[in-house]
Amino acid sequence: MIRVEFLGPIGKEPLNLDITNLNELSEILKEDDALSMWLKNSACAINDVLTNDKNAPLKDGDKVTMLPPVCGG
Amino acid sequence: MQSETLLELHDGDLPVEQITNKWYDNFRLSNYGAIITFVGVVRDENNIDGLSFDIYEPILNNWFNEWQEKAKKQNAIVLMAHSRGDVLNHKSSYIAAVCSPKRRVALELIDEFVEDFKASAPIWKYDIINGKREYALERSTAIKGAGLLG
Repeated sequence: MIRVEFLGPIGKEPLNLDITNLNELSEILKEDDALSMWLKNSACAINDVLTNDKNAPLKDGDKVTMLPPVCGG
Repeated sequence: MQSETLLELHDGDLPVEQITNKWYDNFRLSNYGAIITFVGVVRDENNIDGLSFDIYEPILNNWFNEWQEKAKKQNAIVLMAHSRGDVLNHKSSYIAAVCSPKRRVALELIDEFVEDFKASAPIWKYDIINGKREYALERSTAIKGAGLLG
């Protein structure tokens, strides 16, 4: 099972999904209208490392994090 | 000194004098010729009462450690303090510093460090208006690589 967390202002409870890569996650999250803006402007991390690879394999126990636009300071 | 003591997070506004005096006292004997401190202060604008912050610490720590490695290659160190939660107008939410043997390295690093912080550090800012938090989307920056799942 893969845990998916939505950070900051996204305000969505974590999901536990049976998926094997980010392509599958993308298809599932696109079904949720409330996430449409966030999918376009959020970065994605696997086990707290940012990734640009939608095909990167996910294994049981991995954590995926969605990071919306940031503004510290 | 371990990196975790070089990055500190506080609930609410930062005790600026305490933090900057501590950094100065900790590092003035380490033969750094230049210690540059940047203090961010919350401005009274757009009818806000203050700002509020969420922080995701695992990726913030990774980001900070990468910066420490970059600074180390120039014999420098970076320091940072940031607030969690609410910070009212005219208080400080962010302090960054660079200690370096060389003035020019310190001046350039503080510029790059603060700019990259703004673009990359996993911190989310909200305006506090009438006691409510409103996400400051228009002032926020999408992290490099954003939109992967869109």
